[in-house]
Amino acid sequence: MGSFVQYTVQGLAAGGFYALAALGLAVIFGVLGVVNFSHGACYMLGAVGAAVLLDTTNLGFWPALLIVPLVLFVFGVLMERLLVRWLLQLDPLYNFLLTFGLTLLLVDLVKRRYGVSGLPYELPAGLEGNVTIGGLSLSAYQIFACLFSLAVCLLVWAVLTKTRVGMIVRAATEDSERTRALGINVTRWVTPVFGFGIALAGLAGVLAAPFRAITADMGSNFVIILFAVVVIGGLGSILGAVVGGFLVGLVEAYGQAYAPSFAQVVIFVLMAVVVLVRPAGLFGRAEVA
Amino acid sequence: MRTASTTRTGTRGLVAIAAISALGLAACSGGGGGPQTGGASKLTNDKIVIGLLNDQSGVYKDLSGPNSAVAIQMAIDDYKAKHGDQAVAKTVEIVQADHQNKADVANSKAQEMYDRQNADLILDVPNSAAALAVATQAKAKKKLYINIGAGTTALTGAQCNKYTFHWAYDTAVLAKGTAGTIVGEGGKTWNIVYPDYAFGQDMNKSFSAEVKTAGGTVGQSIATPFPSDNFATFITKAGDGSPQVVGTMHAGGDLINFVKQYNQSELKGKSELAVGLMFITDIHSLGVDQFAGTQFTDAWYWNFDEQNRAWADKFTAKTQTRPSFAHAANYSAALNYLEAVQAAGTDDADTIVKSLEGKKINDFFLRNGEVRAADHNVTHDVYLAKVKTKDQVKEAWDYEEITKTVPAAQAYAAPDGSCKLS
Repeated sequence: MGSFVQYTVQGLAAGGFYALAALGLAVIFGVLGVVNFSHGACYMLGAVGAAVLLDTTNLGFWPALLIVPLVLFVFGVLMERLLVRWLLQLDPLYNFLLTFGLTLLLVDLVKRRYGVSGLPYELPAGLEGNVTIGGLSLSAYQIFACLFSLAVCLLVWAVLTKTRVGMIVRAATEDSERTRALGINVTRWVTPVFGFGIALAGLAGVLAAPFRAITADMGSNFVIILFAVVVIGGLGSILGAVVGGFLVGLVEAYGQAYAPSFAQVVIFVLMAVVVLVRPAGLFGRAEVA
Repeated sequence: MRTASTTRTGTRGLVAIAAISALGLAACSGGGGGPQTGGASKLTNDKIVIGLLNDQSGVYKDLSGPNSAVAIQMAIDDYKAKHGDQAVAKTVEIVQADHQNKADVANSKAQEMYDRQNADLILDVPNSAAALAVATQAKAKKKLYINIGAGTTALTGAQCNKYTFHWAYDTAVLAKGTAGTIVGEGGKTWNIVYPDYAFGQDMNKSFSAEVKTAGGTVGQSIATPFPSDNFATFITKAGDGSPQVVGTMHAGGDLINFVKQYNQSELKGKSELAVGLMFITDIHSLGVDQFAGTQFTDAWYWNFDEQNRAWADKFTAKTQTRPSFAHAANYSAALNYLEAVQAAGTDDADTIVKSLEGKKINDFFLRNGEVRAADHNVTHDVYLAKVKTKDQVKEAWDYEEITKTVPAAQAYAAPDGSCKLS
């Protein structure tokens, strides 16, 4: 029983991180209707960015948490302005293919510049070691990553649903023609939202740097788990990303504990079951799906 | 608009046809008027072609990859410098291909190298599944294959053949060196975590057997999906029963994920971490601190002695990086092959195989080396290494302290009889 509780806590801790990592995917889909396959590559750029920042300027984890997402925001804005925008009117498949192509390009560019075997990165000072409460043990960093992720998720949710900016953005994507007719410059809002989604991927990447291998390929498999998270939660739903993140984290932890060889399969079994029962995901709206 | 584009395509087509014809002409004239050696050479096509088949874009690129071609070229240069005008192989070419860690790609690339590029020898091939595919081709084409990068014991066991040699290390050697030593030092209770594919299963088998032989016990062997990012719960499970040693059999990115998360877990400091297979590039990419104190078996280390260092300096001058044991082994295998051609005066595969079998070799890579005639496993001294702490590191890539030389006779078990060379 003791170990069951331990596995549960570990699953929840991993889930919080999954929620943040999937959040940008959900925001971009919810607002632009774009399935951004390059999310994994942007997550990788975040982690690589943190490592490069440390190596070249000696700026550690805390500055990286701010600087790297800002750089990726600019990258996202350029990506939307130069590429994604031109395909928005077409079938969503076009942007899916575009971002898939971008992924291959980004991964190979990083491989060319930084090799394949990865970059070193250490734990930020003060977050080393373990926290033990009542026989349960968790790494201090894991707890931090989980709480930090949840705080960011909450903030994004609040901005999108409780502020005027959020209202404009949502209106712009629900019915861009009518919003324009009301005198609102729709394109002015769409571009920063895309940049913001990419910045969130970068933020997750920085957060991953101290406990994941930083390699060009680190996002390639991870993005598949993130897709499972958003599909389970409901594409485009922020609450869905959070709940999906926790569910996937828990299922993965129980899988690792009780059926190690199937630890990853169970995630996708869960996804299949959810899609069969609720095709739009747990918190998705039918028309979005 | 349409007319214009059609015309453009037409022009482009014409240019292409012209170019192809020109190439064809060049090839014909080249073939007819090529260098003639007057029949003195006994080499097919008057030259030696060495095929380097490895991972040139994926996880194993840094530990071998394109830099192994540099090492092979160094062997060719040294061979030519030594023999000068007397060299039997006056022209030696390297052809390279990327097997992308896929057995089917390795299979077709090997076929292409042997058949169309006239490779006399294929080298390297990390990834066990890919290596076994190439060994099958070598047997079918009756051409040489010297494995460096793959660890599976099947190459010199049930799936061995006359034309395949295993040069640097295998999973049994790693197990004997690492598990044998750690159990001997008192780390008797083990839990093993391994990735669930051919290499990981082979490593788990070798290490479990060796721990038991040395007098220890393996509490549990935990299979993990491959590849995997999150090992948190696996690590907790690996701590069940508080073993003295946790052995990880992961490689590449998975190994780095595992060690990072292990170091942040409650197990750090309670159980000793043993790493099944580690390359110096792994230490470089994770940072020496994360691995500090970890013991593992190394087939060769660049900073072991003057002889190794001298070669490593030459390699570094060309690549700006320090060599892994795979780079050194590729050099050693290529040079010994060329010397065998020199001695035999021919590149006939059967003759070369015969001259290599039973040969005792002592070079900077193979210390007390012997090409075992019974199974073509190339045995040599290997080393037990301990990763240095940050303040022990004196220069870039100075990561290992060699604590013990394991003599060839101890490192390699006698052939188990499963290999029938034919």
